[in-house]
Amino acid sequence: MTKATATEPVENRTTATLRRIWRGISVPLVAVLLGLLIGALLLIASGSNPIDAYRALIKGAFGSPVAIQRTLEKATPLIFSGLAVAFAFKAGLFNIGAQGQLLVGAVVAAYVGFSIEGLPAIIHAPLALLAGGLAGALYGYIPGALKTYTGAHEVIVTIMLNYVAINLTDYLADGPWKDPSPTNIVARTPKIFPSASLPLVGNVPSGFILALIAALVVWWLLYRTTLGYEIRTVGLNSSAAQYAGIRVARMIILTMMISGFLAGLGGSVETLGINGRFQPGFNTGLGFDGITVALLGKTNPFGVIPAAILLGAMRAGSSQMQFSAGVASEITDVITAFILFFVAADVIVKKLIRQRGVDDEQVKLSTGWSSH
Amino acid sequence: MELTAEPRRETTSWLIRNKWTVVFGVIIAGTIFAALDFSCNNLTCVTAVLSSSLRQSTPLILGALCGVIGERSGVVNIGIEGQMLMAAFVAFLANVYLGNLWMATLIGASAGAFMGLLLAWMAVSLRMDQIIGGTVINILAIGITGYFYIPGLTTQGKFAPITLGPLADIPLIGPVLFRNGPITYLAIILVFVLHYVLFYTRWGLRTRAVGEHPRAADTVGINVYKMRYINVILGGALAGLAGAFLTLEGVGTFERGMTNGRGFLALAIMIMGKWTPIGSWGAALLFGFTYAMQTQLQFKGVNLPPQFIGSLPYILTILVLAGFVGRSRAPAASGVPYEKE
Repeated sequence: MTKATATEPVENRTTATLRRIWRGISVPLVAVLLGLLIGALLLIASGSNPIDAYRALIKGAFGSPVAIQRTLEKATPLIFSGLAVAFAFKAGLFNIGAQGQLLVGAVVAAYVGFSIEGLPAIIHAPLALLAGGLAGALYGYIPGALKTYTGAHEVIVTIMLNYVAINLTDYLADGPWKDPSPTNIVARTPKIFPSASLPLVGNVPSGFILALIAALVVWWLLYRTTLGYEIRTVGLNSSAAQYAGIRVARMIILTMMISGFLAGLGGSVETLGINGRFQPGFNTGLGFDGITVALLGKTNPFGVIPAAILLGAMRAGSSQMQFSAGVASEITDVITAFILFFVAADVIVKKLIRQRGVDDEQVKLSTGWSSH
Repeated sequence: MELTAEPRRETTSWLIRNKWTVVFGVIIAGTIFAALDFSCNNLTCVTAVLSSSLRQSTPLILGALCGVIGERSGVVNIGIEGQMLMAAFVAFLANVYLGNLWMATLIGASAGAFMGLLLAWMAVSLRMDQIIGGTVINILAIGITGYFYIPGLTTQGKFAPITLGPLADIPLIGPVLFRNGPITYLAIILVFVLHYVLFYTRWGLRTRAVGEHPRAADTVGINVYKMRYINVILGGALAGLAGAFLTLEGVGTFERGMTNGRGFLALAIMIMGKWTPIGSWGAALLFGFTYAMQTQLQFKGVNLPPQFIGSLPYILTILVLAGFVGRSRAPAASGVPYEKE
């Protein structure tokens, strides 16, 4: 940013801002177009009509108020899990465990939602949200604490905890918290009370608004507070951070807890806003998609939002595409892979659109592999 | 004075130098023995559990070996899962259309190698972040295998166990070790081959040099890019073998997302094995054993919710890791793209 103003001192403020915005969005925009183009080639090669397919995809994602609502609903948990993964990346931690934290959050939110009766909505819904978030935070505490006290690598522990979470939530939904209604034969919790559910604001799910607020808070925490500064310092160079007097061990635990909290919120929102109960298998992959979203958004809290909406739109539109154009929905995964590729390989894209000067923040994630 | 520095190491016995490894080994062996004693009441059952452990560990060790040689040369491989899935799919298709299991294995391994090439291109030539590169591989594999999946494709059989002559008649050890499918044998052989290659050959030294200090390696004339390319492609072939194992030796057919996180488990096993082939094999066997025990306990009808038994392998892994294995150190340059000056 400073470089741009230094080389072009005469340029006025607004054009400079516009130029900066263009710099920020041009690469992702071109990446999306290229991803769609490659998807189209694949569709042609396999005997489908890409125009029909994409028309159905877009219609299913944005074609009507209901479609937009569905897109936002799909994007909401992804924003949370994306923020969770991105936040941990800032401290040099790879939280593959967002999936497990999300599941635990989803089931606990459901429990608070169906077990407490008679609370006003203004208390019940936030309480259920908070409980889910805290459950996620607690679940994130485990890998953080194990890493600092025993040196157990967070990647292993979070991978293992994902499987434990599947079993644990499955047990709760099929055992103590199982829906006791006589018609129920599957593993699921009872429906939450209406006072705990997250309402729609017009066509916008209120969970989505919460997700936007969460992104803002995460950005503020990371870039406007001492804590955020310390967390980012640990991520950039943990031994330097230690030398500077930052308590690295504490930061690691705290980061994993905040990350787990965000993932847990994602699960809660899914339970309270969409499913109305916890049912095993309904949240599959939302945490893993958080990794994709975080990477697509270049681990920037505000980048996570469009990335999640993009993924949400493809999820929402793919069933329409399957239905009316007869194209298997998995093509959207292929497109996503290529979009991620082009966003990351911005050398190629920048060459393509003749943009010069690399001044944006480079994403450095895997260097955190063996730090701390 | 000059003499005191060296001999000290020679006089300390192996047992004392590796006392923690020994203690750890004894505890593990004891636990395994106790678990077998608890869940089995005859030799047939013990044999069944142990050979199931070995079978379960095969895709995990192959995947972990993929991770080991990639990271030893400086490339983090998050995409093991995707490489496995892609290879499982391609190997299955090859078997369906060619009807030859050996050809299908070869084609599956090649598919894995091709995915490895893709990762190497992203990580080495484009200097893309390697976590992203691996994630691209994973999503791409899910997408492609899902998109081209043809429901109801019938399988053409799978590898039958090969009995190694009189060796298989040794009680207990025989049926466990010498009555296996070809990919399982290959996996065991590869563990030792890679151990030898990594630590006792020039190639291995170069690989490790490139992974620890690429600039120094470059200075003495080692081609960093070439070493990384070859290692990641070979790693892809190993992950490909793991995938081929799933469709051609383990399950016998392909299902969507059938790797079911095994690639990520392999990653965990690699770290647990401290980036060494033999250490990873130990971790993979341990994991395979807890898997087999889980089935056996459920079969025996232990009075516990199945989900608790189902969590056992994962909780045990965490305990082992937290209690015994402790801090593990990745190769220094793992994950860092190298740029020639």
